[in-house]
Formats: sequence, structure tokens, C-alpha cells
Amino acid sequence: MAEALLEIESLTKRFGGVVASDTISLALFRGELHALIGPNGAGKTTLIGQLTGEIKPDSGRIRFDAYDVTALPVHRRSQLGLARSFQIASLFPEFTALDNVALAVQAHAGHSFRFWRAARREPELREPARDALARVGLVHRAEVRVTDLSHGERRQLEIAMALATRPRMLLLDEPMAGMGPEESARLVETLRQLKGTLTILLVEHDMDAVFALADRITVMVYGRIIASDDPAAIRADAAVREAYLGEQDEVRDEGVHG
Amino acid sequence: MSDWRKEWRNAWRKAWWRPRFVVNAALLILFALVPLYSALAGDPFAMTLFSRIVIMAIAALSLNLIMGFGGMVSFGHAAYLGIGGYAVGILAKEGIGSGFVQWPVAVAASAFYALVVGALSLRTRGVYFIMITLAFAQMVYYVASGLDRYGGDDGLTIYHRSQFGAFTLNNATVFYYLCFGVLLAGIYLVWRIVNSRFGLVIQGARSNEPRMRAIGFPTFRYRLACFVIAGALCGLAGALLANQTSFISPAMMHWTRSGDLIVMAVLGGMQAMFGPLIGATTFLLLEQALSHVTDYPDLVLGPLLLIVAIYVNGGIDGLLGGARRG
Repeated sequence: MAEALLEIESLTKRFGGVVASDTISLALFRGELHALIGPNGAGKTTLIGQLTGEIKPDSGRIRFDAYDVTALPVHRRSQLGLARSFQIASLFPEFTALDNVALAVQAHAGHSFRFWRAARREPELREPARDALARVGLVHRAEVRVTDLSHGERRQLEIAMALATRPRMLLLDEPMAGMGPEESARLVETLRQLKGTLTILLVEHDMDAVFALADRITVMVYGRIIASDDPAAIRADAAVREAYLGEQDEVRDEGVHG
Repeated sequence: MSDWRKEWRNAWRKAWWRPRFVVNAALLILFALVPLYSALAGDPFAMTLFSRIVIMAIAALSLNLIMGFGGMVSFGHAAYLGIGGYAVGILAKEGIGSGFVQWPVAVAASAFYALVVGALSLRTRGVYFIMITLAFAQMVYYVASGLDRYGGDDGLTIYHRSQFGAFTLNNATVFYYLCFGVLLAGIYLVWRIVNSRFGLVIQGARSNEPRMRAIGFPTFRYRLACFVIAGALCGLAGALLANQTSFISPAMMHWTRSGDLIVMAVLGGMQAMFGPLIGATTFLLLEQALSHVTDYPDLVLGPLLLIVAIYVNGGIDGLLGGARRG
């Protein structure tokens, strides 16, 4: 059996009367790409928020690399190697693309109580940042301000920033939302290359991408996990078809590469 | 090394004729020549006025560091002027006239106050942050008003300016150049800080704090450190101010003075290195000029500030064109 990197144990979160996470238990194995799908409002982003620490669960536990992180603040979890990208691009708009990624590198290069040297001239920050931009195919836009980047480029920058923190696990919240087909295809390629070296939790509505990339798929509806299995089994699952796939998005055979 | 030189030469070629560069350079030259003018024109008041402008520019510079670059709108910044000033005044009254003691005490007391206020206020945002910094400043104001031994509401005259061994600050020209030197050193310091790793963290936290935490920065401690640095710098301005006026009183830290500092920083241009100097100069010269014309200079200053705040992005520095430099 593969070893679990992230273990979620009966995680529960309520917002008023709504149960956004209803005793969710799930284990993510090292190196797998695990897709999390479900209709809008199923509680996928809330789950990611709890994994990164932005949202405090009402009960339950989260273990990362066998270490209980349930009570750790956001920045500590990032230091442990848990990185996320945001559904709505969350960047530093007045900085250039390279500045954005360099900040992510800096966050994991010791403390920042360094008051004197010009940080934009430090090769140990700029070079890894350039590498991360290159990995998502954005290096030619390195010196462009975020405000002048296209929507798709911002999404790519999101992922470059997450990568620059040298994470062990990547939480991607709808990275392809609003991307054109070309940009999506490039991102699928990037993720395929990352697969195996990183453990990835991918929240995505693009079913072609999900079935092309995922080792396993978990389906959430109304805060509950209704199925968690390999893609073939999920495609065959009657409850999933009824609850989600059938009504939302037809799974086309040409989109499935295993 | 030659890369550096080339880069500098290119930067210089691009910059030297730009309005911003010309105005900043002209301003520095004019300020450097004030004592000469004062002596030639027999106008000692110029020295008083411009010493005051330079000192307020240091205070506005410190505010610009946290407000312009850090996004922390402190509405109690005059408290540091008061604390720095009272440190000098109280020590002088108690017979400790050495600047080697007075000034470090002024800086340390302001830094400590900033540490306490920052630790409590930096967990809040927006209006709450503004209100907490204001509330603390008001507390300091009323404490100073209650210090009967040090003049209470009426304030306290300082009979001897700070002494540095055999060196005294009694000479107006010496004192002026000292203030000017502190200002230039302060601008250089802020410039280095803002472009350092620390400075980028501060600016990142202004821009998008949740994201900073998500990529792994414990932002609170960096913001707090920045708040303390700014407090210390403004405390030094307070020590200078007490020496300049030879007088301290709670009025130094009235909340309207904190407002004046915000006006100077915004007017000059936040996130601009010379913005605070431009803002302080404009504000205090206008105030001075208008006081000859009308009893209500604020009636003109207020609308003027509104116009700048609403229509001019980046204050007067913004008018000088181009993208702002960090």
C-alpha cells in the first residue's frame, strides 16, 4: 500500500445551518494526483481552506506527513511544504511577475529580517523564481507587472508561486477556471510533468483535464464525500453519475487517457 | 562591478532630466543653501522655519514608511514626536543635558511605545487600526497634560539644548545642518529598507496579506518590526523638535498634529522617497504664507488637500510623472 502524505480525519465545518464539510475522511498518497470534484457549493474550496489553515474546522484532524497540523497557522503549514493556488488569482498586483515569484522563494529562504541588501538583485531569489516561471511557461513575461498580465497568465503565475515555495504538496483550486483551451492544455502538460514528484490535490471542473491527470478522484456533494476511487470506477459509479457527472458535464471518452 | 556601473550610468541617463529628479535635486540644493540665504538676507526666521520643515519631514518620512509602504495608517504618529520631545525635556529638567543620553532615551522610549501599540493594534485592520493608534496617542497626550512637574498643560521650557561633549547645538546653522543630515540619512535608510528583503515583505503585506501568509510569511512580526523602526525614527524627530523650539508641551502630540503628518505624507506622495520632504515643505510653507493672509489657513489647506487626494494619484510626486519607484 502506498504511504499517506495527507490524512484527513472526520473533518467537520458548519457555516450557520450549512454543513460545508461533513465528517470528511480522506487520505492522499505520496506522489499521487488526486482530483476533487463536485458541483458548485459542494464544499471543495472550504476543504482546501481548512487544509491550508485559512479556515478553522469545528472538529476533526488533519495530519501532514504524520504530523498533526490541525492547529497550525497558515504560514507554518506553508513552511512544512503545503502550498496552494487560489481559485481567484491572489497576487501582488503592483509587483512584476518575477517579483511575485521571488517573494514566494524568499518566504522559504530563511527569515526576512534583512534590511540592507537590495532583494531584487539577489540571484539566490531571482534565479529560482525564474525557474518556477519557466516551468509554467511564463518566463518571457517575467518583468511585466501583474496588472498587465492576462487572466490566463495570472493563473499560471499562481501556480509558479506555489511551486516556488518548493512544496511537498500542492493544493490547486480550479487552476483552469477561465483559461482558454491553449492555456488549459499547457497547464495540463505542466501538471503531468509535476505528477509523481509532487503530491497534488486538484479541484477542477474541467472533466477532460481531471480524467486525463488523476490517479484517483474524490467526489463531494453537499459537504460529503460520496465516492473516492480510481477514474474508471468513478466513471462507472451510479451515484456519481446521478449526483454530478450526468447533469453537469458529460464525460467524453476522448478526454480519458487513464 | 562594471555591470553595476553600467546600470547606474543607464539609470542616471534616464533619470537626470526627468521632472521628478530635477525637482528633488533642486529641493535638496535649496535646503542646503538656507543658512546662506538667512545670513545674506539677515532673516533668522528662515532658519527657524526651515529647521521645522526638515524635522517635520523626518516625522512624515517615518509615517510614510509604515503608511505608504506598509499600508498601516497610523493616526497617532504625533505621539512619537511628543515622546521623543518629552524624553529630552524631562531629562534636561532633571539635570541630564547630554545628548548622548537624551537622544538614545528618546529613540528607545518611542521604539518601546511603538512595540506596545503595534503589538496590540496590528492585529486589527482599517478603521479599527486607525482608531486604536489614535486612542493610544490620546492617552499619551493626557498623561503629558497630567505631568505637573513638567509643566502639565502649559508645557516646559528647555533652557539648554542637548550637549554632545564640547559640542552644543546652540548655533542655529549647526543645528540646521544636523537636522538636514538626519533627514538625508533617514531617506537613505528608508530607501535601503524598502528595497531589502524586509521591505518587500512589508510591501507584500500591504498588497495582499492573506497571500503572504499562504506563501509562508509570518507577516505580523515583520509589520511590527516596521512599526517599531518608524516609531524610533519619529522619536528622533521629536528630540530634534524639542531642541528646535526649546519647549515641550502636550500640544506637540495633539491629534490634529497626527493629522498634519498624514496630510504631509499624502500631499508629497506616498511611496515616494522624497514625498515626505515635498509634502512637509508644501504644507508648512503654505500654512505660513496663508497665516499672513487669513486667520483660517485651514479653510484653504483643507480643500487643497481634498483636490490632491481625489484627483492626483501619488501626491505631488505623482504629478512629477511616471511610475513610482519602490
